[in-house]
Amino acid sequence: MSAAPMVVSPAPLLERLPLDLRDAVLGLLPESLRWLASGLITILVLLAVFGLLFAYLTLAERKLLGRVQNRPGPNRTGWFGLLQPFADAVKALTKEDVVPRAADQVLHYLAPVVLVALSLMGFAVIPFGRLLVPVELDAAVLYFFAAGAATELAVFMAGWASRNKYSLLAAMRALAQLISYELPLLLSFVPVIMLAGTLSTTGIVAAQDGWRFGFIPHWHILTPWGFAGFVIFMIAAFAESNRSPFDLPEAESELIAGHLTEYSGFKYALFFMAEYFGMCALSAMAVTLFLGGWRAPLPFLEFIPSYLWFGLKLITLLVGFIWVRATMPRLRIDQLTRLAWKFLVPLSLINLGTAAFWSLTTTWTGPLYLARWAVALAIVIIPFVTLGRQLSAGNGPRTYRYAS
Amino acid sequence: MLLPFIIIASLTLASAAVAMMLRNLIHSALLLVLSWTGIAGFYLWAGAEFVAFAQILVYVGAISMVVLFAVLLTRPARDVDSPLPAPTVIRLASGLMGGAMVASVLLTAILATRITGGRAHAPSVTVRDLGALLAGPHAASLLAAGVILTVALLGAIIIAAPSPRNPEDPS
Repeated sequence: MSAAPMVVSPAPLLERLPLDLRDAVLGLLPESLRWLASGLITILVLLAVFGLLFAYLTLAERKLLGRVQNRPGPNRTGWFGLLQPFADAVKALTKEDVVPRAADQVLHYLAPVVLVALSLMGFAVIPFGRLLVPVELDAAVLYFFAAGAATELAVFMAGWASRNKYSLLAAMRALAQLISYELPLLLSFVPVIMLAGTLSTTGIVAAQDGWRFGFIPHWHILTPWGFAGFVIFMIAAFAESNRSPFDLPEAESELIAGHLTEYSGFKYALFFMAEYFGMCALSAMAVTLFLGGWRAPLPFLEFIPSYLWFGLKLITLLVGFIWVRATMPRLRIDQLTRLAWKFLVPLSLINLGTAAFWSLTTTWTGPLYLARWAVALAIVIIPFVTLGRQLSAGNGPRTYRYAS
Repeated sequence: MLLPFIIIASLTLASAAVAMMLRNLIHSALLLVLSWTGIAGFYLWAGAEFVAFAQILVYVGAISMVVLFAVLLTRPARDVDSPLPAPTVIRLASGLMGGAMVASVLLTAILATRITGGRAHAPSVTVRDLGALLAGPHAASLLAAGVILTVALLGAIIIAAPSPRNPEDPS
């Protein structure tokens, strides 16, 4: 958080509250240390908030999965199982840390550390509220995805350093998945940058300002290209964060955890943590790029502080992740790569065309406005249906030979 | 301003130097990645945010994977110290020639650069400007890069595609 937002036009008290609290703490320190303390406080707050979110996300996941599968989920530790995450943390901390003798000691140790560090870096550029942007960067979106792309290296390190051929094979599979889905992930948000004309996250949120007809927000998801981009982005985000139905890298029932086979104790917990941080960061980016960032969905709801809206949208997306995990079966590796290369990449390339059409027709009003929507929707829907039909031809419907 | 530069430069150079001296190819490759990250840090130090993050996205995210996959797929089975054959005149000569070629290219580039004194103000680069530059003055190089990548992609598909069944081949 730079010093600039300190002199703002009078924002509502609740909106300013986090910054006022920070400034109150900074006031206790000598002038020369303030820049350092300001950065450290931001980092600490981010770690605390997302650490707690991670802890309770695991609980929410286990509870929700339990309800979906008609069982209660964890309910013995504390009230409704609310202390379960802390019990799990103590368990992970006190477990024996087994390192294979043949393993590359340095890389084996470094892999989870690098992974967690890189997956935390993405949070730095997310605008969490009207005044709450940890770091303002001109190329913030690029920074975010550069940090995300570097996590592949950690996965490789984990698989290779274990000196276990199954770990290595699983790491290669995981890398194949991550690289395949990197492409649709990156292509899906290019339209947002085309239309907003900036790579800065605050600029992208600013581009979604205002209301159509006085009450429909100008969020990117409420345009044809934005909707298509959001769906592609979320599918790719599921794959990038190794979540079901794309959780092949650590498919418990088939691979015993893939590249994590030789990890135990707290290092294993770190991988787990990195997965959840990655999921949170990608969801936060999706909120910023497509769901209007911290903006309220309706004009009369703007009195609620912006960071609460951001949190609400973030949690909605995260619950969506859990819901999908409870619903969808796992894909096979060939289905997974086919979905990426034959379906998502062409669709996201076509989506660039939709966005180009949309940005060239901003002047169309009246009946032409309807035509604009019709054409854009046609560019989105027709390729989706034809490509989908072509790809699934011969693959269904499944006949159950032994079940009847 | 000078201290960060010295740290970044020594990190970049040291990791590159250690990468050359190690026998374990994977360690060398990972150190090379660290060196590329150092170059990205240098771009950041120089105020070129876009190039720095693009460097990380392309080199640390993608090219590193190509290097690592290539090492893993081509390496002989024994994994650590693969013994090098004894030095020969041909190897010495080819090493010197390769080094001289790279050095001449780099030297020409350095000598051709006009280094103007004084402080340059960091240009504000928007996506629009970058796009205009790429589609305008640098359109030819963009097209060339596109053609090269397409050819590489086609080559990969041809190598990876199952060969058409040969009627004379019983398998």
